[in-house]
Amino acid sequence: MIDARLEIIEERLKRIKRIVAVSSGKGGVGKSMVSATMAMALSKKYKVGLLDLDFYGPSTHIIMNAGDKPAEKNGLIPPLVENIKFMSIIYFTEDKAAPLKGKDIINAIIELLAITIWDELDFLIIDMPPGMGEEVMAILKFMKEAEFIVVTTPSILSWETVKKLLLFLKNNRCKILGIVENMVMEHSIKNEIEKFGRYLGAIKFDASIEKFIGNANKIMESDFGKDVEKIAMKI
Amino acid sequence: MHEWALAEGVIKTAVEKAKESKMKSIDEIDLKIGEMQDIELDIFKFALDELMKEYGMKAKINIRIQKTKFKCNVCNYEWHFDEFELTEDEKEFVHFLPESIFSHARCPKCGSQYFEIVEGRGVWIEAIRGKK
Ligand SMILES: Nc1ncnc2c1ncn2[C@@H]1O[C@H](COP(=O)(O)OP(=O)(O)O)[C@@H](O)[C@H]1O
Ligand SMILES: [Mg+2]
Ligand SMILES: [Zn+2]
Repeated sequence: MIDARLEIIEERLKRIKRIVAVSSGKGGVGKSMVSATMAMALSKKYKVGLLDLDFYGPSTHIIMNAGDKPAEKNGLIPPLVENIKFMSIIYFTEDKAAPLKGKDIINAIIELLAITIWDELDFLIIDMPPGMGEEVMAILKFMKEAEFIVVTTPSILSWETVKKLLLFLKNNRCKILGIVENMVMEHSIKNEIEKFGRYLGAIKFDASIEKFIGNANKIMESDFGKDVEKIAMKI
Repeated sequence: MHEWALAEGVIKTAVEKAKESKMKSIDEIDLKIGEMQDIELDIFKFALDELMKEYGMKAKINIRIQKTKFKCNVCNYEWHFDEFELTEDEKEFVHFLPESIFSHARCPKCGSQYFEIVEGRGVWIEAIRGKK
């Protein structure tokens, strides 16, 4: 038996120039903030899509204050949020929990990739869940050209876990764009990170960022927004 | 999932597989479609016909709908899709993303959300027949 949905995925993704997955071994390190803000920074010059693959903790719709729903036409056309084509599981689960098990996660990803009509994009940014679960495997299988940005904080607890993800990605011949150090205060582990790969940049701890969540312009004007924009220009 | 997207998947897969096994023409395709995909058969068949024209194909397509079966991992109860009480919106969500059922429904007997879709999910090509 052949899964008839798989052949469509290639078709749906073929007009996307670059796929960038923002991941980390850890949760709470700023993946969602970085991916949404990076998508907004890139959208000033490029055609950008943002796919939220964190089914347990979708967050990018809150950061960008996404309202409109996808439109139906031979599949689903993602709504434009801040000029970014946006897709998330929240369009199907609303605010309810999505208690998906391993194979449900794979099926949900296949289905999302098969129904979403991104059309032409320069960048598709993917906000990933923490760790090396099915979502990472799905990228390995369905998006072989994807490039990873890995986010860590300067804490040893974050970095030790992130190193394992980096090793896994290297073992599996994934393209790693580089490593972002987020929530940097006085202490940075830049030297340590550089031993493992390309250091894409530091994002300072910005205590004001919480009150800007949901306001795209305010995020872009903040110190956080400026730090992310610098990183976006490097990729 | 959407009928047109699905039809596209079926025809593209069949064409690929026929090429791989050096078939000159595809005469018949057997499809198994999970009830959970909630396909409108009229639209689906129309889409298949239109796409076959595009690919210069004329195959007979046999469609079998597989009933859904759910099983609760906590109390072992088994049931069908009809037993869920879903709103129209929730049905629409499940049509597009069958896994959203885990957000909108529970085991009818014990109320657990820890259940399995045993059958009735996905779109499968069971066989492709043609001339070599
Ligand atoms: N540079 C930063 N300065 C201050 N707070 C930050 C920074 N980056 C992220 N945060 C905050 O940390 C929390 C976790 O961020 P989030 O993007 O949800 O992480 P993840 O997606 O990795 O779980 C959020 O409350 C966010 O506002
Ligand atoms: Mg997140
Ligand atoms: Zn039960």
